[in-house]
Amino acid sequence: MSDPAGVAEAPRNYTKKDFESDQDVRWCPGCGDYAILSAAQKMMPDLGIPREDIVFISGIGCSSRFPYYMNTYGFHTIHGRAPAIATGLRLARPDLKVFVVTGDGDGLSIGGNHLLHVIRRNVNVTVLLFNNKVYGLTKGQYSPTSELGKVTKSTPMGSADRPVSPCAFALGAGATFVARTVDRNIAHMEETIKRAARHHGAGFVEILQNCNVYNDLAWNILYDRESKITHELKLEHGKPLLFGPVDDRHGLVLEGAKPRVVKVREVPESTLWVHDETDPWKAHILAQLAEPDFPIPIGVLQRVEGPVYEELLLEQERKAIADRGPGDLAALLVSGDTWRIG
Amino acid sequence: MGETVAPAVAVQKQRRQLDRAVVRFAGDSGDGMQVTGEQFTIEAAWAGADLATLPNFPAEIRAPAGTLFGVSSFQLQFGSCRIYTPGDRLDCLVAMNPAALKVHVGDLKEGGLLIVNTDTFEKKNLDRAGYPANPLDDPALAQRYRLHKVGITRLTMEALEGLPLNIREKERCKNFFALGLVSWIYTRPIEPTLSWIAKRFGKSETLADANIRALKAGFHFGETAELFTECYGIEPAEMAPGLYRSMTGNRALAWGLLAAAERTKLSVVYGAYPITPASDILHELSHYKRFRIRTMQAEDEIAAVGAVIGAAFGGAIGVCATSGPGMALKAEGINLAVMAELPIVVFDIQRGGPSTGLPTKTEQADLLQALYGRNSESPVVVLAPMTPGDCFFIAYEAIRIAVKYMVPVIVLSDGFLANGAEPWLIPDPKTLPDIPVNFRTDPAGFFPYVRDEATLARPWVRPGTPGLEHRIGGLEKEHITGNVSYDAENHDLMVRLRAEKVRRVAQEIPPTTVYGPAMGDLLVVGWGSSYGTITAAVEAAQQEGKPVASLHLRYMNPLPPDLGQILRQYRRILVPEVNSGQLVRVIRAEYLVDAVGFNRVRGLPLQTQEVREAIDQMLEDKQMLEDKR
Repeated sequence: MSDPAGVAEAPRNYTKKDFESDQDVRWCPGCGDYAILSAAQKMMPDLGIPREDIVFISGIGCSSRFPYYMNTYGFHTIHGRAPAIATGLRLARPDLKVFVVTGDGDGLSIGGNHLLHVIRRNVNVTVLLFNNKVYGLTKGQYSPTSELGKVTKSTPMGSADRPVSPCAFALGAGATFVARTVDRNIAHMEETIKRAARHHGAGFVEILQNCNVYNDLAWNILYDRESKITHELKLEHGKPLLFGPVDDRHGLVLEGAKPRVVKVREVPESTLWVHDETDPWKAHILAQLAEPDFPIPIGVLQRVEGPVYEELLLEQERKAIADRGPGDLAALLVSGDTWRIG
Repeated sequence: MGETVAPAVAVQKQRRQLDRAVVRFAGDSGDGMQVTGEQFTIEAAWAGADLATLPNFPAEIRAPAGTLFGVSSFQLQFGSCRIYTPGDRLDCLVAMNPAALKVHVGDLKEGGLLIVNTDTFEKKNLDRAGYPANPLDDPALAQRYRLHKVGITRLTMEALEGLPLNIREKERCKNFFALGLVSWIYTRPIEPTLSWIAKRFGKSETLADANIRALKAGFHFGETAELFTECYGIEPAEMAPGLYRSMTGNRALAWGLLAAAERTKLSVVYGAYPITPASDILHELSHYKRFRIRTMQAEDEIAAVGAVIGAAFGGAIGVCATSGPGMALKAEGINLAVMAELPIVVFDIQRGGPSTGLPTKTEQADLLQALYGRNSESPVVVLAPMTPGDCFFIAYEAIRIAVKYMVPVIVLSDGFLANGAEPWLIPDPKTLPDIPVNFRTDPAGFFPYVRDEATLARPWVRPGTPGLEHRIGGLEKEHITGNVSYDAENHDLMVRLRAEKVRRVAQEIPPTTVYGPAMGDLLVVGWGSSYGTITAAVEAAQQEGKPVASLHLRYMNPLPPDLGQILRQYRRILVPEVNSGQLVRVIRAEYLVDAVGFNRVRGLPLQTQEVREAIDQMLEDKQMLEDKR
């Protein structure tokens, strides 16, 4: 089976334009989705996969309109079920590069079960989850990632349910690749999606995205030039976890399994937590880092190898055919107990 | 029942010839009654009998021993004539414990053969069955039935003496003693069971030996014990010549998929979430990876249909099976396939409902759900097999239609067909109709919703085809371009096109066969698994000279184009169903005829006798017939 994600060089000299469809983009002006779409279209040529071998599958919600705007094969399906549909597609067509586009509602509310299982099975798909912490298409109800006490149309006195962390959820489901990026950082987004797309197995990316209509600046802490400095923790493999202004760098240390923020100049450099993408234990800790006590990690939290569901199943098929030959219905029909009349 | 006395060949006892017999094995769900019944079925079939079976078991996996609700049974009717049903009343009941006696003895004909395992009739089991005193001591039982008290457990233990097995292991062989005994009574060959035992217990010589000994001990017990003064012979039935095998509905559905996979050279993605009584299709298919059947045990019913839709989008055959509750969950997915016009097939193995209902019992009450149980205007093709063996052809036909018309197809099987077996004349795969698959590859003039003139099918495009990149989805499509469209007139047009496409499937339906006079007083209309019962009842009425005909529907949507014309040839129409009146409602609505339902919803197939009575009743209502003249 050829794995398109592994192809290094572009067979055709695509540009971003080759991935733009002829459809009018219908998101609200100012929506963060525009930036994500642009980043995805921009990084596509680098994947080196023929356009016709790429499929975008989505569920329902603002994010799920995404496939209409990509000049690839696309399927805008039903609420929450995109991971299941993508799994079936991969099982039928392991030669295709499959993306799933979802949101915090589509992926973690109505489709939470399917997201869990596509990750658990490590199906070779790239999952882009746009997290704007609100329901947009249904006009402004709180979502499963909204903060406790969120006042919305459906929760005038504040929401009573605690939010889920998409990255922690993915890790809990046994993800092999988990990353987080921000819609206002095009370069980082491109790089992160590209790495997820090249991952062998389920590549999960949480994209912090702005809904300027119903939850404007929900991620402002990472947008605002000032606050970004003190609240964004950029993850780089093999480098210590550092954030804060140049003249007052902060870092993270681990005390047992417990993370602590320290001033870099007050601790020996050797005690700083050095990021290792291949360490699943530490990825779980990274996924728990949140405001107000910690900065927000951006980048690849974890990247490990794992068995891929459809590859194992197709290997069984190959083995069955190799051992016993292809199926023969005529032979099967007369096998076992039969008797002749007349 | 025609009986002639003939000298027994192999034994000294008299052998009476019968033309048919109905036998039921009943015991605890742990007593192996299903295996016993299945093996007796094979023996009966080997000897050339026609037959039909009815397995009946509790939903509980290991219900507490000795309880009434833990009773499991297997019934079959076999005969030298055409056998359409497992039979209404029993000629022979084997009761392995008091609970089995209590639950089933009411179905035994007066004077019928009653074989009980006396070793289980002790206080604990009697209490559990709710017998204040041992019913075997009641002389009325022996007066009413030909009662044979056999210490089946004890005799089995004796036969296995000296084998290195513990008491529990030995006791478990008692069902084969019972099978041996009944095999002798009905002169069935035990060879197929001997070879089955050798295969089943191949790894343990001792267990194989034990079961063979128990089987033979039962057989010889019949021969030698003075208890039995006669045995019965049943001549081979007159059946079409050819090679036969025993076939259940679930296996036939699975094999129909294999046939379609082989013919189309496409892989089949089969998504399923385990649910009774559909799970056996998943189990069966999981063994056929060589046919490129890719089975996926999905996380839920919704994911199962989702995966199948994804596979169909990818150019594979997408199939899933479920039962009523799962159908409810799949409704949204099926509608996506309606809108995206993708070929998927959904098997609904109907069971008693609503809700969890009667998981292991049969029902025909999902017809309206299949036809209408989704939001908005949602036309799909609906097919229904008539017999276990017919499931093979229906599964194949479902795929042929789905692929040809780019449309979801629902197949309504049920618990009775799923687990019931019949002797099946093995078809030659070459005689199956072709399933042409034409993936669009030409970009010239391509639009996702441009339609074939004859079928109205839109093109099936495999992703990976250069130049045909396109997007589809659950939002309304613009005619031809497939672009998202909220235009009022376009929606009206698309609603009509989707309906018309399904209507055009009617051109695939062969002329309807009417059994009996082409016009007259009464037509009985059936569908699905009640074929056997209705045919038996109508044949019996016809033999008495009653002016009645029948027809049986396999295409539920669209209905056969000649149906309306046929219905109008009869003064009265009777529609027997295992539901509260679903097909009858459709027929009344579609054809404005005064059809009348006959409905029993007991979790069991209809009985031949009660359908007979319903026929008689319709014919006796002279006034009504006169009014219609």
